[in-house]
Amino acid sequence: MTPILQVQNLHYTYSIGTPFAHTALDDVSFSVMPGEFIGVIGHTGSGKSTLMQHLNGLLKPTSGKILLDGKDIWADKKLTRQARFRVGLVFQYPEYQLFEETVYKDIAFGPKNMGLSPEEVDRRVREAAGFVGLTDAQLEVSPFDLSGGQKRRVAIAGVIAMEPEVLILDEPTAGLDPEGREEILRNIEAYRKAKNAAILMVSHSMSDVARLASRLLVLNDSNLAMDGTPLEVFARAGELVDMGLDIPDVTRLFLRLQAMGIPVNQVYTLEQAAAELRRIKEGNAHA
Amino acid sequence: MLKDITLGQYFPGNSVVHRLDPRTKLIALIVYIVALFTAGSWLTYAIAFGFLAVSIAVSQIPLKAIVRGMKPLVFVLIFTGILNLFFTGGERVLVSFWRITITLEGITRAIFMVVRILMLISATFLLTYTTSPISLTDGLESLLSPLKKLRMPVHELSMMMCIALRFIPTLIEETDKIISAQKARGADFESGSLMKRVKALVPILVPLFISAFRRADELATAMECRCYHGGDGRTKMKLLRLKRPDYCAFLLLTALLCVQAIVSSVGL
Repeated sequence: MTPILQVQNLHYTYSIGTPFAHTALDDVSFSVMPGEFIGVIGHTGSGKSTLMQHLNGLLKPTSGKILLDGKDIWADKKLTRQARFRVGLVFQYPEYQLFEETVYKDIAFGPKNMGLSPEEVDRRVREAAGFVGLTDAQLEVSPFDLSGGQKRRVAIAGVIAMEPEVLILDEPTAGLDPEGREEILRNIEAYRKAKNAAILMVSHSMSDVARLASRLLVLNDSNLAMDGTPLEVFARAGELVDMGLDIPDVTRLFLRLQAMGIPVNQVYTLEQAAAELRRIKEGNAHA
Repeated sequence: MLKDITLGQYFPGNSVVHRLDPRTKLIALIVYIVALFTAGSWLTYAIAFGFLAVSIAVSQIPLKAIVRGMKPLVFVLIFTGILNLFFTGGERVLVSFWRITITLEGITRAIFMVVRILMLISATFLLTYTTSPISLTDGLESLLSPLKKLRMPVHELSMMMCIALRFIPTLIEETDKIISAQKARGADFESGSLMKRVKALVPILVPLFISAFRRADELATAMECRCYHGGDGRTKMKLLRLKRPDYCAFLLLTALLCVQAIVSSVGL
């Protein structure tokens, strides 16, 4: 399988050539496979948002390359514009970018900009609305009459409607109630499965990324500090804490159990914890 | 691109100019503008320029900051220059072709007008760079307080100005974010006909206005929660008081006006 997106030795410096210059990304390299669910974690100011804006060509690297399907997205203008559509980026609090009269029109903004036929736009809008659980009746109301969680889902649908092969979300669940969070995460996972799209999700919620992601990228001080499975990353709990990051509560609990001499394996989701506890309990019963 | 806008930016510092009473600086700006508009010869311009140069030097504001602030005004400057260059009548014709004549008077006038605007803007920047928005509005409120007798809502006006200045950087940041977000959905602001480009602004302006109203609403609630109810009976934490540097500044300003008046009446 070939990677859909490759980041090679990416450097980025803000306000270059002025006294305010500061490096936001320093030699970051990684690649993304189709269908992967990647969690991106890092401290505020670690360069996460800067990195995300590079992946769809909103920011131009100071040096280094972004390859989409093996082609440099900055090689020519057409490729840059294509990258905008093939790599969908959902910003933080995306509901503040809604502007159209109806939900339908707002979701159709992206596909229309792609220059698709009206039938294709219609199909995509309805499909995207389906992914995020909006009803046909809701498509005809003003997005400003919806609740916060619904607005967020409209905004995400607006990006999904472009059918990006890579979907990037910057804190998609920030400021939502638990039910709203679950729903959004389910929608994202549904999209990934249906289109075999790669997902990159920036999140501060360790339990969310631990549960959904098959791989974690940890950014620290403009560098890619870790890149591995959740198990590999959370095993380095001490380093994460030093970076000002958290580990899932169950992982912390199980690390304490290990420290107390109880022979448990490392876990990072509640389901794994339950299975692990059951295993130990049954082991004891047999003994 | 939007970050280049320096309107209302304050450079903290501790120079004499920073420490002057905001009222002194406001009056000084008005007096200076009067002096600029009465200037009509090389010598009077030179004096006005010298006064400004010394003030900027004393304030320790980097010259770069002032030059950077001029950038958005380049068009106005060029326009003024060209207009004055071509449409000033005069005796001493230098170049004449088709229906355009350039006279020596035209050149002098164009230079004077451009220099006048440059100095005027620099002086205004000096005021906003060295005075925090809060003390600026405090000063304005104090200067306008006689109008209270005419039932002008002076405190409310100055509070509005203060809030407006405070929110300029916030809204610029917000605009940048919205532009990026719409670009991520394929919005195109750089190509197409004029009509198309104007239409392309809708996806930016609608969210921007909505967020401005939302912020205004939140701010109003927050102010009410802290029992804000306008200017009646409101006391100040920092009372404005004129000190020695302020009197010196007034003396210098009077001197400037006198010199300008004398020089122009002598006809130099």
